[in-house]
Amino acid sequence: MPSLKERFSLEQMKRNILDSQVWRSMFRHGYEDTPRNRVLMVVDNLWLHLHPTKIRRHAIRIRFTWCMGGITFLLFLYLTVTGVILMFYYRPVGEYAYADMKYLEFDAPFGMFMRNMHRWAAHAMVIAVWLHMMRVFMTGSYKPPREFNWVIGVMLLTLTLLLSFTGYLLPWDQLSIWAVTVGTNMARATPLLGHEGPFAEMVGVTPRFDARSALLGGTIVGPPTLLRFYVLHCIVIPLIASVLMMVHFWRIRKDGGISGPL
Amino acid sequence: MAREDKIVGTSEDLPRTSWERVNDKVHVWPYLTRLEFMCAIIVTIMLTAWSILVDAPLEEPANPSATPNPSKAPWYFLGLQEMLVYFDPWMAGVVLPTFIIIGLMAIPFIDVNPKGNGYYTFGERRFAILTFQFGFLVLWVWLVIQGTFLRGPGWNFFMPWEEWDPHKVVALTNVDLPYLLGFRGYWAQAAVGAACILAWYAAIPAWYVWKRKALVNVGVVRFAIKSFLFVTMMGLVAKMVLRIFLNVKYILVTPWLNI
Repeated sequence: MPSLKERFSLEQMKRNILDSQVWRSMFRHGYEDTPRNRVLMVVDNLWLHLHPTKIRRHAIRIRFTWCMGGITFLLFLYLTVTGVILMFYYRPVGEYAYADMKYLEFDAPFGMFMRNMHRWAAHAMVIAVWLHMMRVFMTGSYKPPREFNWVIGVMLLTLTLLLSFTGYLLPWDQLSIWAVTVGTNMARATPLLGHEGPFAEMVGVTPRFDARSALLGGTIVGPPTLLRFYVLHCIVIPLIASVLMMVHFWRIRKDGGISGPL
Repeated sequence: MAREDKIVGTSEDLPRTSWERVNDKVHVWPYLTRLEFMCAIIVTIMLTAWSILVDAPLEEPANPSATPNPSKAPWYFLGLQEMLVYFDPWMAGVVLPTFIIIGLMAIPFIDVNPKGNGYYTFGERRFAILTFQFGFLVLWVWLVIQGTFLRGPGWNFFMPWEEWDPHKVVALTNVDLPYLLGFRGYWAQAAVGAACILAWYAAIPAWYVWKRKALVNVGVVRFAIKSFLFVTMMGLVAKMVLRIFLNVKYILVTPWLNI
């Protein structure tokens, strides 16, 4: 019969929790350092099971991977979390958007910090994607059998730039509308589909109905554009990017894991 | 030997891939997961510090009637905005960006060099690396840097120590290439311009074929796509050189489009 002191010791209470049915139902095994447990840690964990259980030694060298793909994904997660928090305070309406930015800056708890984090993580993600592409190119990792994953990667690069571009408009200040004006002015010169593009008169597009107005919801960057870009930024592009990311990660495994010398 | 023998044979008889021969594998837990964890912590600390120390910009409210000078696209698109100096918007803003995306996607299918798969090497794939890095570091990253720091009001070029003077006057003495070459008359100029472009697209692939390396390894279709993309990229460079040093505006002028 253990003494009262032993029964209520920290050690005993910890054992009670770890051995309880509730705990065991969530976490199947502890941190024992055995080969079997090392494998289980990966295969029994939804978040880690994307990994193989064993990996070639060169593939964990930072000098080889630069860790840039993982950092890109981490930044995407940060952007999702901070973005959702910003959505609580922000209304994509011409009259309110800028006032909500001021509200975020001066009144909302941690509003400015969340906005800073969202903006800087977005910039960092663009740079991380570029560096990831450069690393994958330099190691020739797009070569067979990984050709198609490179193609998906290029799509993700494009989507990253589009995500960043659509988000650029949302503060609804001078910086954002003019940057987006410059960026979307190109669309009016689209061959056939833009009203100032080559051969436009053959199609009969007008300033009100052409590639650019479809993007802007009008002839200038105005409130309809704000709403359009908001929906693209918060729903359409993240959804497409998430699906492509799933394929991207899955294919790394299916194409034989991370590349390496044969 | 009968086929069954192979199936029931010991594992020693099975063909081994080089992958299995190396046998240099380590457990993902903990060797990779701890790295990922450390990496995530470092990125988080850096991002947090950056977000505490530097505030995101917020200018005056959007005003469609007050155009700032310079008006710049987001920084990662400044390379495209820079191309507007050298090409009309349909080319710089639509066609060339499309070629960039398609060209990047095409890389695995036009680079048939089997070497350099999964390790760093320069000697085994010189041309591929030089081409990619020229496109990426010079035409993409450098033009972004130049667009951010060296392009001021009116998209004029300013050195870092120069003040961004909105009244800077730059003489526009641009001429079209056929005019520069001495051709007068509308159709003569159009013909010469078209000939120049056709020659540009024919000369480099022809020179390459003449060296008798490419087609044997690559095949006609691949070679056509590869050389088209490469020559188009170098066409941007040619147009930049012509514009900067000879004030050339267009090479081909037609009623429908100018290049």
